[in-house]
Amino acid sequence: MSVTYLDAIREAQAKALASHPGVFIYGQDVALFGGAFKATKNLLQQFPGRILDTPISEDAMVGAAIGAAAEGMRPIVEMQFADFSTVGFNQIVNHAATLFWRTGVPCPITIRLPSGGTMGSGPFHSQMMETVYAHYPGLVVMTPATVEDAYSMLLEAVLEIDDPVIFCEHKMLYYHLKAPALPTVALPAKHARIARHGKHATLATYSAMVHEALLASQQLATEGFEIEVVDLRTVKPLDTDTLLASVARTGRLLAVGESFPWGGVTAEVVSRAADEGFALLDAPPRRLNAKDTPVPYHPNLWTAHRPSANSIAAALRDLLRS
Amino acid sequence: MAQTAFLESLPQSASQTKLPVESALDESWRDLYLKAFRFMQRARVIEDKLASLYRSGKITGGCYVGRGNEAVAVSAGIALNKGDVFAPLIRDQAGRLAYGESPADAFRTYLGSRLGPMRGRDGNVHRGRPAEGYLAMISHLGAMVSAATGMLLGRRLRGEPTGIAIVTLGEGATSTGAFHEGLNLAAVEKLPVVVVVSNNLYAYSTPNSRQFACESLVHRARGYGVRGWDVDGTDLNDCLKKITAAAQDARQTGLPQLVVATLLRLSGHGEHDDAFYVDATLKTLPVARDCLAVAEEFILQTNLADWGEILEWKEEAKREVESILAEVQREPVPDPFEERWCCLATPGLCEGIDGV
Ligand SMILES: Cc1ncc(C[n+]2csc(CCOP(=O)(O)OP(=O)(O)O)c2C)c(N)n1
Repeated sequence: MSVTYLDAIREAQAKALASHPGVFIYGQDVALFGGAFKATKNLLQQFPGRILDTPISEDAMVGAAIGAAAEGMRPIVEMQFADFSTVGFNQIVNHAATLFWRTGVPCPITIRLPSGGTMGSGPFHSQMMETVYAHYPGLVVMTPATVEDAYSMLLEAVLEIDDPVIFCEHKMLYYHLKAPALPTVALPAKHARIARHGKHATLATYSAMVHEALLASQQLATEGFEIEVVDLRTVKPLDTDTLLASVARTGRLLAVGESFPWGGVTAEVVSRAADEGFALLDAPPRRLNAKDTPVPYHPNLWTAHRPSANSIAAALRDLLRS
Repeated sequence: MAQTAFLESLPQSASQTKLPVESALDESWRDLYLKAFRFMQRARVIEDKLASLYRSGKITGGCYVGRGNEAVAVSAGIALNKGDVFAPLIRDQAGRLAYGESPADAFRTYLGSRLGPMRGRDGNVHRGRPAEGYLAMISHLGAMVSAATGMLLGRRLRGEPTGIAIVTLGEGATSTGAFHEGLNLAAVEKLPVVVVVSNNLYAYSTPNSRQFACESLVHRARGYGVRGWDVDGTDLNDCLKKITAAAQDARQTGLPQLVVATLLRLSGHGEHDDAFYVDATLKTLPVARDCLAVAEEFILQTNLADWGEILEWKEEAKREVESILAEVQREPVPDPFEERWCCLATPGLCEGIDGV
């Protein structure tokens, strides 16, 4: 038996629904249909009345979740695609994110964003939104890369974290990423994880790029370089300690993200390393992101737009030469 | 549940085309009807082809067809003149053809041809030529209402004749803030924007009962202060008559219109979707009629053409589509090394490009 990343997301929601009466799921096509990606498949039968189809009204979906949370509920909002969360942006960044700070009333909502690029999905069904949301005070932003993390971090988001969590789940991992079983122990979401040990350079990344990074590290291993891959897991708060400890071991840093290149998680990682770990660095820290255009539709363009194992390997070789 | 009440509110027996025979015999009407019908036929042929390309793995990403929506779509496209603004959406292949889009552009966009309007940058139904008044939809539903309004606003501010705009969307899209803001804006600005809603009873899997609570969406027209039109989306006569009349009214009064056509989506949301959730009872009601079959029947009944002609037109459309597709498949696709990776119009502002 094996469990996919998508199964893990469904199982975490089932467990959360079973453990806390305040949990409910609010989103388009989540009930009978089980969600555009089937992340809520069969949950309606198991939890009647708690999986609710909404109109196509992202602003109101988030607004309603905020209201329900203020009443002690723990809503999960499913965006059909991360890209459509921009329609609920105002409620997320100005309302959910400020509620506790302004009023002392916590806002425990989890907003699930099916994120990231898959071939042929085009500019509006491919975006990574973590950078945008991480910018705002008052939000926790998770970017799980593994089946185990998809499960344990989502459970933590829904049941334990009393703040709005932006849960960026990567669509590319949904069906093909598998684990033998659901995890029984969990590393708290706020900690980064060493996904591969190494000594010549640190490669910090998150979400689907962790897998490209691991492939690139395998390439470099055949060339005699041991790359340490740090999976950030949660990008806000960012686990600077784990990051700097790795940089202390390797002296070199490459930060990789699937987002657009201006600012963002990779810029934050590099700036923290420069600011707090300058003395640990043997070479200028580097970053690699997608290109500065919308995500293109045609596979030829799409493949060149985002970082890949090959482009990461090339960036690592550059870094190791510098 | 609420859905049952909704089912009961739909007509339970076929209101077969009530067009008076005299108007069917009116020559200009007859020409318009047949012209519209042939666009519908061609759209169906194009989309059947797209679906088969999708099934054979030749299309990357999704594939979305307008099966069942052709009568509404074509009426919108046909009501527009050159220079008018058109903002079509997912299920408007017939309307795009009637508006004047080349049939090649559908294939070019799905296959990512560099010669297509989107040059492989955007795909499938996300296509248009805004320089010609033909907007290219973004996915975010409702967003096109204000953009089309803005095109007319720009023309008015420049002192030019505005022409009219037609924006199409599904009933699901009427639940967005963008739809509300856009239609209200058009009403406040007093611009001739015709918003054509195809209420095809499902938005992806979501039935009307989870989308809105009013008896009919057309009742909202009054709330916005615009004229409302209630249309049988399965009947080309009704669609043509009322949608062209709404467009005419917009032209004459300069004011927005809200058209609500009712029909059933006769496909999945996309070709990946088997639509298991569609209520079985619904499929037996007149609302589930295939507008193309209804139109064929009407043509035969009123002797507008005979069966042989209808079949010949279809065969002609198939031959045409095959040859267009063969050509498009030979067209160049994007090359990442030739791509400039710059998305700004102003020269000299893209970092790392143009010496910045
Ligand atoms: C703002 C926004 N939210 C969600 C979606 C995802 N989505 C794409 S089509 C669709 C259903 C659209 O239903 P409707 O407007 O009724 O048009 P139909 O597909 O029935 O023609 C949804 C939810 C979207 N495109 N935009």
